[in-house]
Amino acid sequence: MNYLEFEKSLAEIEGKATELRAMARANPEMDVAHEATALDQKAEKLLRDLYKGLTPWRKCQVARHPDRPHCKDYIDALFTEYTPLAGDRNFADDHAVMGGLARLDDQPVVVIGQEKGTDTQSRLERNFGMARPEGYRKAIRLMDMAHRFGLPVITLVDTPGAYPGKGAEERGQAEAIARCTQKCLEIGVPMVSVVIGEGGSGGAVALATANRVAMLEHSVYSVISPEGCASILWKDSEKMREAAEALRLTAQDLHKLGVIDRIIPEPLGGAQRGRAVTIKAVGAATKAMLREMQGKDAATLVAERRRKFLNMGAHGLAA
Amino acid sequence: MNWITNYVRPTINSIFSRREMPENLWSKCPECGTMLFHRELSDSLQVCTNCNHHMPISPRERFANLFDNGIFTEVPVPEPIADPLQFRDQKKYPDRLRSAQKTTREKEAMLVVEGEMLRTRVVAAAQDFSFMGGSMGMYVGNAIIAACERAVERKLPLVLFSAAGGARMQEGILSLMQMPRSTVAVQMLREAGLPYIVVLTHPTTGGVTASYAMLGDVQIAEPNALICFAGPRVIEQTIREKLPEGFQRAEYLLDHGMLDRVTHRKHMRNELVTIIRMLTGAPPAVYGELSPPAAVPGSEPEPAPDPADANTSPTPNTP
Repeated sequence: MNYLEFEKSLAEIEGKATELRAMARANPEMDVAHEATALDQKAEKLLRDLYKGLTPWRKCQVARHPDRPHCKDYIDALFTEYTPLAGDRNFADDHAVMGGLARLDDQPVVVIGQEKGTDTQSRLERNFGMARPEGYRKAIRLMDMAHRFGLPVITLVDTPGAYPGKGAEERGQAEAIARCTQKCLEIGVPMVSVVIGEGGSGGAVALATANRVAMLEHSVYSVISPEGCASILWKDSEKMREAAEALRLTAQDLHKLGVIDRIIPEPLGGAQRGRAVTIKAVGAATKAMLREMQGKDAATLVAERRRKFLNMGAHGLAA
Repeated sequence: MNWITNYVRPTINSIFSRREMPENLWSKCPECGTMLFHRELSDSLQVCTNCNHHMPISPRERFANLFDNGIFTEVPVPEPIADPLQFRDQKKYPDRLRSAQKTTREKEAMLVVEGEMLRTRVVAAAQDFSFMGGSMGMYVGNAIIAACERAVERKLPLVLFSAAGGARMQEGILSLMQMPRSTVAVQMLREAGLPYIVVLTHPTTGGVTASYAMLGDVQIAEPNALICFAGPRVIEQTIREKLPEGFQRAEYLLDHGMLDRVTHRKHMRNELVTIIRMLTGAPPAVYGELSPPAAVPGSEPEPAPDPADANTSPTPNTP
């Protein structure tokens, strides 16, 4: 278990409980059940308190938690016959964006998502979930295919942002993102997006311009990272707490602003403490959102998607 | 002492000594250091007459030079809700807006107009970098939508001059949502079969490049304009190496296939007209002195034009 900075006190209590139980296993005559249970209860209460009112900055930390289920975990658990399709047919295959054909309850779909990786090697391979132009161009290709064959598109968004690299710029990062957003707005099939961790700026919106957008309870979605915002507006990247507060990047605020359609609840202590439950909840929400669009023809789906974004920003948080 | 020495001479002296220099009559070219007189600079459209460095030009000044006789009419832009997030960094967002309005004497960071360039009617929009870095918030999004709607309504092409540091952080996620919003607007133009020409000016970066500024039918840039998704400083910090000379400048992008043309500001109008008239199937533009508007059909046939009056050679008629 990886503990976050604000979970330190929790780590101590849970550590003590584990230690106690280990000692009891070594010494059968020792009776620790009572003490250990007390510690467990204390830990649970603390966890409840910690997660009751997570500050926006803490939400960012939870959203980036390394033990949170990632795109690959969702694809493995929720879909059958997942058949990855690779490459942008221009330059390369970007491993930060995974996608392909799959079945969701027997219904064939196209699933696309950003994958951050789980250990050093896979993180490097996935480029920490930061896509290059090839990733967006692969997504465009897959969305085109979905459109031609009438398959719903499901995207799982989890990225710190599009990769800021030399090659990425030379190969048209901006253009790739712009075209990807444009493609999202063109396809005549139902499109559903779920922000499962970090929704990092343009790199996220390029995959999240969908008919329905959901966010996990402790995920974030923002125009800029709190650190980036702090260093520009506060001239001090250490002011990320203030920036996270001001940016209104939580699922709860975005829902109030009408930017997202639903919030998917996470188990106590965040998705990292209940991976299977979280994945199941995302699956259920995805299916529910797809059901909402059942029977709608291509023109209606496109028109509704465009109207949804045109109407965005009609009311602020004060309203 | 007489009247001449006591009264006349001091008066004459004071007239001549009063010629102290108002400060903003001269500007220094930031590129080559040449001192440029304001009249010379406005005649050259804010381009250094020594080194051709393109300095910022306000949307109003640009339009005054672009349109026939400097005549254009503003297209109204719907007012978005003010300060949707109640954003505050070291300053309150409404205070930042007010101070930008005061220094630029403009309402917001984009001006939308309709007018004629060499009798070619267009809708034009220009972003104002001096207004909070030209940043794209809800107003800019509304401006692009208003521009596209006007173009569609009147069946006119749209010319958009971009200049922005990116999205307006103070509007958080709603500024990010201008990427899909503006993309929907561009799609209206595409579907109506109307040309959309983007002129990228220094600097065009971030979410602006990654949406409407990269979706033109024709992409033109002003010389040496910085055009990118991630800025050079961010990239240098990420990859920890020095970037090549001219990286992310207009000419570099042209070399990498990201632009159609790099065009000097003084040739921009004629080039826009040439391209637009071909795309819309109109006859070539008439340069030089413009003849009076076409006679009402059914009236006296006009005498054959004197070749000396109708100068149809494509020499630019710079003011």
